[in-house]
Amino acid sequence: MEPTLTKPFAAIRRSRAYKMIRDAFWEANPVSKQILGICSALAVTVQLKTALVMSVALTLVVAFSCLVISSIRSLIPRNIRIIVEISIIATLVILADEVLKAFFYDISKQLSVFVGLIITNCIVLGRTEGFALANPPLPSFLDGLANGIGYSSILIGVAFVRELLGAGKLFGFSVIPVAFYQAGYENMGLMLLAPGAFIVIGLFVWLQHTLLKKRIIR
Amino acid sequence: MENLISIGINSVFVGNILLAYFLGMCSFLAISKNIKTASGLGLAVIFVLAITTPVNWLIYHFLLAPGAMAWAGLPAVNLSFLKLVLFIAVIAAMVQALEMIIDRYSPGLYAALGVFLPLITVNCAILGTSLFMIERDYRFSEAVVFGIGSGIGWCLAIVAMAAIQQKLRYADIPEGLQGFGINMITTGLMAIGFMLFAGISI
Repeated sequence: MEPTLTKPFAAIRRSRAYKMIRDAFWEANPVSKQILGICSALAVTVQLKTALVMSVALTLVVAFSCLVISSIRSLIPRNIRIIVEISIIATLVILADEVLKAFFYDISKQLSVFVGLIITNCIVLGRTEGFALANPPLPSFLDGLANGIGYSSILIGVAFVRELLGAGKLFGFSVIPVAFYQAGYENMGLMLLAPGAFIVIGLFVWLQHTLLKKRIIR
Repeated sequence: MENLISIGINSVFVGNILLAYFLGMCSFLAISKNIKTASGLGLAVIFVLAITTPVNWLIYHFLLAPGAMAWAGLPAVNLSFLKLVLFIAVIAAMVQALEMIIDRYSPGLYAALGVFLPLITVNCAILGTSLFMIERDYRFSEAVVFGIGSGIGWCLAIVAMAAIQQKLRYADIPEGLQGFGINMITTGLMAIGFMLFAGISI
C-alpha cells in the first residue's frame, strides 16, 4: 500500500515546480526574506477575507504578467522595458479590479485603493524584471505563481493572527467561546490598528529566521 | 480654510501615509540606514507628491471621471477605469521631467537627490496618495494640501526611522530579530506614537 502512495509524492517532490514553490514559500519568501511588497501586504490584513481576496488577486497578476512578459520578451526593446512592463502589469491590475467590482463589490470597497497599488508592488516588477525577462514562459509563470503563493502565506498568516486576537473571529465567524469573555477575556484592540500589523510581521520574521538558522547549523 | 488645516494635519500625523496606510514601505526599509540619505529621499518624495497629486487631480476631473468629458461634447463617457494606467504614467513622466529640470538648473540638488529620483516612480506612497485623493473626493485645494501633507508625513517617518536605526546599532538585539524583524517592530512602536495625535483636536 505504502509505495503506491508515496511514489506520486516523490515524483512531485522532485519536480521543478514543487521546488520553486517551496523556496518561495519558506527559504526565499518574497516578503520576509527579500523584503519586497510589504506595502500592500499589511493594510488588508485586518480580516482574513480581504487578505484572501488580495492574495488571489496578487498571485494571478504576478503569474500572468510573468507569462505575458516572458512570451514577448524578445520583442521588448531593452531601454524602454520598464514602461512596457508597467503597462502590462497595470492592464492586468485593472482587469482584476474590474472583476472584483463586478462580482465582489463589498470586498472591493473594503480593499479600496490597495488593489490598484498592486501595480507598484515590488514583487510584481521584481519577478518580471528579475526572472521573466530572461526565461521562457512556462517557468516564468510558475515562478510568478510560486512568489504569489509565498506572499499570500505571509498575508494570510498575519491576517489570521490579527483577526483572531483583534476581533475573536475567523472569516467573520466568532471562534472565541462566549464563556471566555464572561471569564474576563478581552479582544486586543491594538491588533485592529496599524501598529498591530507591524508588530505581528516583525514577530513572524523573528520566528522564521530563528527556525531557518537552526536548520542550517544542524 | 479650517478644513484645509485639518486635512494637512491629519495627513502628516494621524493618517500618516506610511505608518497608518503602510504605503512606501519598500524604500522606507531600504534607505533608512542614515539620516542624510533618508532626508534626501524624504525631500524628493515631498517634491514629487506636491506636483503629481494636483496634476492627477486635473487629469481625473477633466478627462476620466464619469461625465468629465462634457466639455468635449461627450457627457456619457466614463473612463475612470483608466485612472491606474494614467496615474502611473503621469508619475513616471513627472519624475523623469523633474530629474532633467533639476539636472539643468540645480546641479547641487541633483547630486543630492539624483540617485533617489528614479526609485520614487515605484514608491507606492505616490500612487497611493493620488488614489486616496480620488476615493475621498477632495477638491483641488484639498488635493494640493493632501499631497504636500502626505509627503511631509512620509519624510518625517523615514528621518525618524533613520535616527532610531543609527542608535539601534549599539543595542543588543536577539539574533533572529536583527535587521528586518526589529525594523518592523520599531515601526510598529512609531506608529503607536503617531496615532496618539488622533486625540488632539484643533
